[in-house]
Amino acid sequence: MEKLFIILGKKVTSFLYFSGGLANLVSQTFYWTFTAPIKKERVFIQAKKAGVDSLPIVSLITFFIGVIMAFQTAYLMQRLGSEMYIASIVALSLVRELGPVITALVVAGRVGAAITAEIGSMQVTEQVDALQTLATNPVKYLVVPRFIALSIMLPILTLYGDIIGIFGGYLICVYKLGITSSMYLHIAFDALLFKDVFTGLAKTIFFGMIISFVSCYEGFNVEGGAEGVGKATTRSVVTTFIMIIAADCFFTALFYFIFP
Amino acid sequence: MIEIIGLNKSFNERKVLNNLSLKVDTGSTCVIIGRSGCGKSVLLKHIVGILSPDSGQVIVDGQDVTQLKESEMDKVRMRVGMVFQGGALFDSMNVGENVGFGLIEHDHIERKQLLERIEEALCMVGLCGIENLMPSELSGGMKKRVSLARAICIKPDIILYDEPTTGVDPITADSINELIRSLHDKIKVTSIVVTHDMKSAYRVADRIAMLYQGRIIAEGTAEEIQATEHPVVHQFINGLAKGPITETVEHLKNRQ
Repeated sequence: MEKLFIILGKKVTSFLYFSGGLANLVSQTFYWTFTAPIKKERVFIQAKKAGVDSLPIVSLITFFIGVIMAFQTAYLMQRLGSEMYIASIVALSLVRELGPVITALVVAGRVGAAITAEIGSMQVTEQVDALQTLATNPVKYLVVPRFIALSIMLPILTLYGDIIGIFGGYLICVYKLGITSSMYLHIAFDALLFKDVFTGLAKTIFFGMIISFVSCYEGFNVEGGAEGVGKATTRSVVTTFIMIIAADCFFTALFYFIFP
Repeated sequence: MIEIIGLNKSFNERKVLNNLSLKVDTGSTCVIIGRSGCGKSVLLKHIVGILSPDSGQVIVDGQDVTQLKESEMDKVRMRVGMVFQGGALFDSMNVGENVGFGLIEHDHIERKQLLERIEEALCMVGLCGIENLMPSELSGGMKKRVSLARAICIKPDIILYDEPTTGVDPITADSINELIRSLHDKIKVTSIVVTHDMKSAYRVADRIAMLYQGRIIAEGTAEEIQATEHPVVHQFINGLAKGPITETVEHLKNRQ
């Protein structure tokens, strides 16, 4: 029993330590973002790494999701004789839910892990200390460009992923289920309202922030060389996944009440 | 002048610096010796403001750096160059960008002038013309010298060296010692060198201080330190396996 309390105490302490550290990083990042001049080229480099370089994987995953959604919806709709609604279901579920979450998880796994590994390696080889000795704040230099790049690129990637996913559904509906091309496009885009696109994209800004903050925080807190970098990278991806899903749950509920 | 007064620092209840006091005169080279893990690098990081002490003062040219705001501290940092143990070169940048980093970030000087300063710094450490190489293409000794070039490129008044000769061959070690000595003679920088390489210590030091159990236990010129009868210093400088240092470690192990 005593051991159980010790373990519980340690978990609570480490959670509080993580929350405090993350809150500190968030406040510092906002401070430097709005007070210091931002070097655009640094943001562009990160935007390319996070956005442009993620296009192939996002295309592949969202295309498959679109295909899967079309098949799964067809299974039920064919029984009900309502195949024409497949397009609207694919479009709505992709734009409102699957597109944002799947894109965020892909970026968290690809970009977030790379950020933690990069900053973690810099930490263990004293490059972060070297930045400080050269009068350069590590949060301003390393976190701010990644924060801005991810907050901008994730919504753009999501929008792109939504279109690719809808295209995946289009191929199945048109070439397998016999729905005409114009009918698919008409029903798919007719079902979408501005609020669907807005709520889908708005939450990805926060997902981008979560990825940048958690991955940078874990990178800065690496201890113990190569093994530490590996552990931090795993922790970063797992924590980001959990936080994205939790944030998605929160935003879905919030938008449900704001835009009924 | 650098003056450290009553510095205390603990990590997870382990006291690393214990009421440490030290004075380094302007233009002199002070070598701090001590066993690995005794807190030498921690001391350097306090001088440059990377770590904050639990208590005590670090006075650099009349300013207590432990009390400075971040923006004021950055001004002090631009007068202090630091050479890290492993070089700590930014591996996403080439040698030229590494050396000129401080100037690129803060001084906004013209490109021509910047390239001249980078070349001058690299030539001072004997590495002319390697601006376009990446850190991964350099040997350990070259990395340390590029790190030194990065430190001197900002034209500092103070240079802090963290184990400058550890892990390099004896010839490279001697050329680094010569560099430290020539910077002292030519530019009159104040230097603090942290090392456990006694050959290097004797070669570069104006004064040597021994750090043991978180405080300075002996201080003097190279000759005074060599002639000391202090048992801990004697064991350390002569590299003896038996003596008070190892006996204390054994005693602590037995107690655990």
